Amino acid sequence: MPSRTGSHRPASFGSSLPERALLLVLVLVFLQGSVLPLGAASSPDVSHQDKTDNHKVEAQGHNYTKKAFPVLSIDYHYIQTPFEISLWVLLASLMKLGFHLIPRLSSIVPESCLLIVVGLLVGGLIKLAGEQVPPVMNTRLFFLCLLPPIILDAGYFLPIRPFMENLGTILMFAVVGTLWNAFFIGGLLYAVCQIQPDNPSSLHQIELLPCLLFGSIISAVDPVAVLAVFEEIHINELLHILVFGESLLNDAVTVVLYHLFEEYSGIGTVSVLDGFLGVISFLVVALGGVLVGAIYGILAAFTSRFTSHTRVIEPLFVFVYSYMAYLSAEMFHLSGIMALIACGAVMRPYVEANISHKSHTTIKYFLKMWSSVSETLIFIFLGVATVDGPHNWNWTFVTVTVILCLVARVIGVVGLTYVINKFRIVKLTTKDQFIVAYGGLRGAIAFSLGFLLDPAHFAMREMFLTAIITVIFFTVFVQGMTIKPLVELLAVKKKQEAKRSINEEIHTQFLDHLLTGIEDICGHYGHHHWKDKLNRFNKKYVKKCLIAGERSKEPQLIAFYHKMEMKQAIELVESGGGVKLPAAMPSTVSMQNIQPKKPPPALPPERALPQLSKGREEEIRKILRSNLQRTRQRLRSYNRHTLVADPYEDGLNDFLIKKQKIIELEKKITEMNNYLTVPSAPPDSPTITRARLASDPQAYSVKPTSDSVPTIQVDLASPQSPDSVNLMDEFRNARQPEQDEDRGLMMKPPSEAKGPKRPEDAEGAKDQQRLMRCLSDPGPSADEDEDEPFLP
Amino acid sequence: MGASQTHSEHKFQDLVDKTGFSLEQIINLHKRFKQLSGNEDTISRENLDSIPALATNPIRKQIIEAFFDKRNQRQDEVGSFHEIGFEQFLMVMSHFRPPTLKTTEEEREVMRREKLRFLFNMHDTDSDGTITLDEYRKVVEELLSKSGAIGLEAAKAIADAAMLEVASTNVPHMEPDEFYEGITFEHFEQILKGLEMESRMHIRFLDVNTTTMHCGK
Repeated sequence: MPSRTGSHRPASFGSSLPERALLLVLVLVFLQGSVLPLGAASSPDVSHQDKTDNHKVEAQGHNYTKKAFPVLSIDYHYIQTPFEISLWVLLASLMKLGFHLIPRLSSIVPESCLLIVVGLLVGGLIKLAGEQVPPVMNTRLFFLCLLPPIILDAGYFLPIRPFMENLGTILMFAVVGTLWNAFFIGGLLYAVCQIQPDNPSSLHQIELLPCLLFGSIISAVDPVAVLAVFEEIHINELLHILVFGESLLNDAVTVVLYHLFEEYSGIGTVSVLDGFLGVISFLVVALGGVLVGAIYGILAAFTSRFTSHTRVIEPLFVFVYSYMAYLSAEMFHLSGIMALIACGAVMRPYVEANISHKSHTTIKYFLKMWSSVSETLIFIFLGVATVDGPHNWNWTFVTVTVILCLVARVIGVVGLTYVINKFRIVKLTTKDQFIVAYGGLRGAIAFSLGFLLDPAHFAMREMFLTAIITVIFFTVFVQGMTIKPLVELLAVKKKQEAKRSINEEIHTQFLDHLLTGIEDICGHYGHHHWKDKLNRFNKKYVKKCLIAGERSKEPQLIAFYHKMEMKQAIELVESGGGVKLPAAMPSTVSMQNIQPKKPPPALPPERALPQLSKGREEEIRKILRSNLQRTRQRLRSYNRHTLVADPYEDGLNDFLIKKQKIIELEKKITEMNNYLTVPSAPPDSPTITRARLASDPQAYSVKPTSDSVPTIQVDLASPQSPDSVNLMDEFRNARQPEQDEDRGLMMKPPSEAKGPKRPEDAEGAKDQQRLMRCLSDPGPSADEDEDEPFLP
Repeated sequence: MGASQTHSEHKFQDLVDKTGFSLEQIINLHKRFKQLSGNEDTISRENLDSIPALATNPIRKQIIEAFFDKRNQRQDEVGSFHEIGFEQFLMVMSHFRPPTLKTTEEEREVMRREKLRFLFNMHDTDSDGTITLDEYRKVVEELLSKSGAIGLEAAKAIADAAMLEVASTNVPHMEPDEFYEGITFEHFEQILKGLEMESRMHIRFLDVNTTTMHCGK
């Protein structure tokens, strides 16, 4: 999961900057604290005053007391709500900025802790000012506005392959683990509450069911907190997906348990039938949520098939469909989180094949931005609500809760791993188990669920809330801060930064087919067999429906290759216009090194031609093709509705060819500086150098009609030079071996110097002129390359 | 019946030691072997070709070839068989066993190397110890063979890019007149070490610990 933290400013800013930043942060917090109650306090007055003014004016009728025309007036009430929301968002973002300006702080303390502290400060300031703390931790606000962006971000970028491979383990932890936690904590809490018979305290009033309800609220691992902390420790992919997947999938369990116990705690007993219904309800909630999400995902994918003419609103479809999936699931009390995950995961492969590169970037950055702001706000609000909320501190209850949470988690993880390892190939070691147990953080979802409790039914609501907040604080602060050093101490495997190479991709696919084949030979229908069947079904039917045009037939390997090329091309361009070698390819190996050594051709000795390797031919062919294509492209008109005359929009080919040209160009430049391009070429003569320069794509313009005739011109200096001519000759022969119509513009090699030289000379002269014009005037080709926005 | 059963069990016991499968698995696989061979003692290429499920597999030919490749028998021979017996069948299958909890680090290394060697042999069709550009191109072409014309076009480019990557990773500085002849086994290992072959290249039911499932038809 890519990091959502802001960029780290260089420390060279000077030591005064951190102090200044700290000061700025404090000032802002103070401002925020003061404006909000001010707004709350003054608005009724202002509006009241306005109303009385109006009444006065109206009541007086014709007797106007002439007041001065109000040049400047304040009407805070008009803009109050959006203004306050914006203020909060601004505060959150500035906090994030501020933390990263202070160099050492962000490496010791995770962001979530700092944000909670800020929330505490703001809440404290508001309280000091004597005002009513705004009820920011409104449950509806949390569940409908703050949570969805985070979950969508997680779901859309969920790494499907590791998730599916570990799905069994994740489900075990999510379902069985959460159930175990809930019952263990709830049950033992009840038992503890019932102790001390001789000293009856308020704890005795707590029934079993409210305890179990409390247990179910507190037992769920929270995705927001997990994401916030795990992102900073860069742990290896397996552990990350285990804990994170668990935090996402336990939502269904939590929803069911919560509703079940809430319903029945008024009545006081739960019968077996209710338990059974609960299990059914769980299945409905989980599978229903996934189904709803999948339906919306398919709708989104289908819609994106038709967006090729309105690229601008493509990201909107992704967001709106996903949000609607969430809301629809919530409407039926299904698991909204699972719906959102399913929607994002289902639509992603198809949508990405359909939308433009720019929309893809937009979606990525909008999701990251929203989820980042949401997360920040959630933690700040937690802090504010802590200051605000009515508290009922009960030492026994709270400490027992915290201890039980830890114990339950450890026992649960160890026990489950013992069972799971029997079925896994890659077993979970003790270190892994420890990290999974330690990474079970609680967060704002637990708090919101507690907030939702009806005070009428639950007299001990405040005690519950206090306990929940304590547990949250404990996990986020203590566990969040110490997990990073512990990971270092235990030398847990970190995330591998190596990027996916084309070899790995090829072999992953190869392995898939190999293993499917072996399974078929064994006659065993294992999960490779079914995966293969699913893939084939996907390719045959689903892709045709959901992906527009040619991309529907593109096999995965080619798609991966194109993506990789794009990335490399962008890197290349970003590294300074393509003239320097990109850092990704630090080696000097190029395609010509790969060609197998050809045995020296058995040619007559007088034909000392430079041999063109096949790779070179290919490249040259591509250059030729690209230039023809570029001409066609230049003729297209510019439409206001397409953002820019963007060559990327139509066809990947253009882009790839452009990129290839860039690589060509820079290769040529380095080659020219260093060594021969052609393996067994004769010693470098000025003519050859110039011949190569002449074949430089930018140095000549393309004649659209020259389809049948190659357009690379002979070099200027000595058109009779046998070497250069033969180079061109090779081009020609390579390109159109079947073209007998090669009289056109080329000089004939001296070995075939028969036939009419005259007309060719004349043509040659014309060519020379054309060439001179070409070489002197770089032509529209150079300009076009500069104008085009290379960076997406 | 009894005598032949003990005789076959005795034979299987040798195989248990040689290949590392459990007796139950060997019996299962033997049943399957008999099915495939039509109750003969040997399997030929045609027998494997006629498995209907394999028809849609793009690398079918390579897989079948791998069974008949002498190099996969761990006896340092080269060439290929015309027909294989049950023991050779088992030897090839043993490449797909997963590691267990008890497998030590060195054993894992050995296992990984074995599996990579198997893959390497599949690519290196002329048994010269290197994967040349043409051979690699063939591999990618076969992988993309079910995708029509687009596949063939891109296959060359992809194979070239892949070879380039192997060369750049393993031999970063090559003079322009040097040639990279082909991927050797060491380079192959190097380029694929991120994939953790010992955990990926396995068939679940060949795990000795899990309850063996019966081979279907």
